[in-house]
Amino acid sequence: MTADSQLQLNSKGQLRHFLSLNGLNRALLTEILDTTDSFVSVGEQAVKKVPLLRGKVVANLFFEASTRTRTTFELAAKRLSADVLNINISTSATSKGESLKDMLQNLEAMACDMFVVRHAQSGAAHFIAQQVCPDVAIINAGDGRHAHPTQAMLDMYTIRRHKGGFAGLVVAIVGDILHSRVARSEIQALTTLGVAEVRVVAPKTLLPTDIEGLGVSVFHSLKEGLRDADVVMTLRLQKERMHSALLPSEHEFYKRYGLSRDSLGFAKPDAVVMHPGPINRGVEIESEVADGVQSLILKQVNYGIAVRMAVLSMTMSGQMATRIKSS
Amino acid sequence: MTSQLKLSITGGRVIDPFTSRDEIIDIHIAEGRIVGVHTPPPGFQPDRIIDARNLIVSPGFIDLSARLGEPGFAQKGTIHSETAAAAKGGVTFLCCPPDSRPVVDSPAVVKLICDRSQQTGFCQVNPIAALTQGLEGEQLSAMAALQEAGCVAVSNSWLPIKNNQILRRCMEYAATFGLRLFVNAQDASLAAGGCAHEGLVATRLGLPAIPESAETIAVITHLLLAEQTGVRLHFSQISAGKSAQLIAQAQRQGLAVSADVAIHQLLLSEQNIDHYNALSHCQPPLRSLRDQDELRQALADGTVQAVCSDHRPHEHAAKSEPFAETAPGISSLETLLPLTLKLVECGVLSLNTALQRLTQGPAQVLGLPCAGISVGATADLTVFSPTESWEINADTLISAGKNTPFLGETVAGKVKLTLLMGRVVYED
Repeated sequence: MTADSQLQLNSKGQLRHFLSLNGLNRALLTEILDTTDSFVSVGEQAVKKVPLLRGKVVANLFFEASTRTRTTFELAAKRLSADVLNINISTSATSKGESLKDMLQNLEAMACDMFVVRHAQSGAAHFIAQQVCPDVAIINAGDGRHAHPTQAMLDMYTIRRHKGGFAGLVVAIVGDILHSRVARSEIQALTTLGVAEVRVVAPKTLLPTDIEGLGVSVFHSLKEGLRDADVVMTLRLQKERMHSALLPSEHEFYKRYGLSRDSLGFAKPDAVVMHPGPINRGVEIESEVADGVQSLILKQVNYGIAVRMAVLSMTMSGQMATRIKSS
Repeated sequence: MTSQLKLSITGGRVIDPFTSRDEIIDIHIAEGRIVGVHTPPPGFQPDRIIDARNLIVSPGFIDLSARLGEPGFAQKGTIHSETAAAAKGGVTFLCCPPDSRPVVDSPAVVKLICDRSQQTGFCQVNPIAALTQGLEGEQLSAMAALQEAGCVAVSNSWLPIKNNQILRRCMEYAATFGLRLFVNAQDASLAAGGCAHEGLVATRLGLPAIPESAETIAVITHLLLAEQTGVRLHFSQISAGKSAQLIAQAQRQGLAVSADVAIHQLLLSEQNIDHYNALSHCQPPLRSLRDQDELRQALADGTVQAVCSDHRPHEHAAKSEPFAETAPGISSLETLLPLTLKLVECGVLSLNTALQRLTQGPAQVLGLPCAGISVGATADLTVFSPTESWEINADTLISAGKNTPFLGETVAGKVKLTLLMGRVVYED
C-alpha cells in the first residue's frame, strides 16, 4: 500500500477519505462508477431522496469560490438526507490570524461527520485528513493544482456511459494543464482505468515539467494531438494567464488550441467533447462545439450529483466502519 | 563560566585534518589550550582523565549556517537552546545568518548575539552580517563597522539584491575590506512562489516549483561579478549538481570561490516531499537524486569544501499548514555528525575527509586561524563514538525545533563529549 492509499482507505480497503485518486485501484474506481449508476436513477424519481446519510452532518468548506461544485455537493448530500452546513470561509478568516488547523478543529468540535473541502493550496485536503481531523471524513473538492477527484470521476462516468468502457480509448486533454487539478486527476483516473492512450495538448508554457512521467504523451499541435481521439477534454483557460507571460493573447490560443468544428474534425467522427466548466466560449471552445451533438458538457453536470452521492456515501460508510472499529 | 579543569583525553583515535594526524594518542589540556599531545608537559597533573578508548577525537565542528531563533523568533529557538543543541552535536563554532529580527545590519545586533552566546557559553557564535541594510537589497550595509564588531562574512541570505548594479557595488565594497561574501544563489523571479524542486514529484503533487536554473543563473551571475570585483565568494547551501560543475570550472580557472552544502541535500531528494511531508520542505528545495549524486561527488572531490547543518528550528505550528504555507527548514545541529557518517558508510567520503569537511574545510572558508590539535591550540574538541546508535526523536533532540524528517530513524554516531576552550560544554 502506498502512503496515500493508507491515508484514504480503512483496513478493509474501503474509502474513509477521498483526497486523490493516487493509490486507488481500478476495482475501487469501478465500484464508484457502479454505485453512481444506482444514484443516477434517484435523480429521476419524483422524490429525489434516499436515507443513507440521515442524521449525519456534512460541512461544505469552500476556501475558494465555486458555484457549481459546491451546489452539486450540497444537492448530493441533501439527496442522501444529510444535514448540510455551507460555511463561507472568506480570505478574511486567515487575516484574523486563525490557522486552518484551529478553524477546522472548532468545526470538528461541532460534531461534523464530513468535510467537503476546497482550498487554494495543493495538499490542503491531505493535511486536514492527516494532521487535523482524521476522524472526520474528508472529501477533496479541489486543492490548488493537485487534485479534483470527484470531477475526474464524473468525467470517467460520462465516458463509460457514452463510450461503453475504457479499453482502447484515446483521450486527449487540451489546454492549461500546468494549473489544472482536473487534468492531474483525470490523468490518474484514465491511466488506472486502462485507456489505450492519454494525451496532453498544450504549448510548453502551459505544461508542467516531466508531465510524461505521469504516463501521458505530449503534443504541441492540436491536429496531431486530436488525431483519432475518442474523447476530447478541454480545460478552462483562466484570463489571468495572459498577464504572467504564459500566452500572448486569447486570440492566439484560440487559433492554435481552441476546439472548433474544424479542429474537432481531426478526432474520430464519433468523438465526444467534455469540459469541466465554466466554459469560456471563443477562448478554449467554440460555441457550436460546446452546444453541438458531440458535446457531453451538460451531461457531465448532471452526472456530477450522482457521482458525488456515490463518493459521499461510500466514504461515510468506510469512515463509520473505521470509527466503530477504533472505539 | 565554569572553571577550567586540567584534562587528559586518553586512548582515543585522534583525527585532525588541520595537522593530518590520525593516530591513537593522548591529549592534555590546561587553561583552555592543548598543552601536550602524546606527552604531557612536565609536572602536569590532570584533574580529570577522560577515557576515549574506541572513540574518535576531532577538532570541534564548524558549522557555516545555523539559525538560532533569537533574536526575533524566540518561539522557534533561543540562543541558549540552540547553542546547547550545537554543543550536543559536537559543533564548537557556528555562523548564524543575518535574517534574524532585527536583521544583523548593525554592530549592536552583532554584539547582542555575541554577548548572549558568550553568556550561555555552549558554542562560539559568529553572526554573518547583512550585505544590505535591512536585507532589502538596495543600500550597502555598514560593512566596515560590522567587520569591526567581529563579522568575517556578509550575506543577503535568501533575499534578492534589487539589481546587478547594486550587487556589483556590494561586492566591490565587501572586497575593499576583505569580507567574504556568502551567497544563497537564487534568481528571485524564477523562484517566485515556488516551494519544491521543478520535477515529476512537484508536477504530480501540483506544487509551485523552483527550477534548477533559479540557482544556476544566480551562480553564473555571481561568478562573473566576483571575477570582476575580486570579492572572496562563497556559495552557501547549493542544491543543484550543475551549480557544483560551474563552481568547479571557476576554481579550475583560478577564481577564489568556495561552497558548502547542507547535509540533508546529500541524503534526501524530491522524493521525500511526497505525500506533502512538510518536514522535508526545505530552502533551497530538495532536488533530484541526480543532483544529490553530483553534490556528493563535488563534496568528495573538494569542489565543495564544507558540509553545514543549515539548522532551522521551527515551532510545531510552523510545519502544521498545507505544504506551501509551511516554513522551510530542518532542525539539524544534533544530527549533523550521524548523517555525515552515513556518507562515510555508503562510501562517498572517507572518515578523514568527512571530518575535514566539518572542521578544516569550513575554517578555511571563514579564514579562521585554527591550529587543530596541536600544542598551543585552543581546546575546541569533539569526542564521539562512530558506532554507537541512537534514535532521532522529539525526546532525544534538545533543540527547541523537533522538525526533522529523520524522526524515528536510528542512526550511528554519537557525540560523547564536547570541549569549548577546554571546558566541557556537553557530555553524554
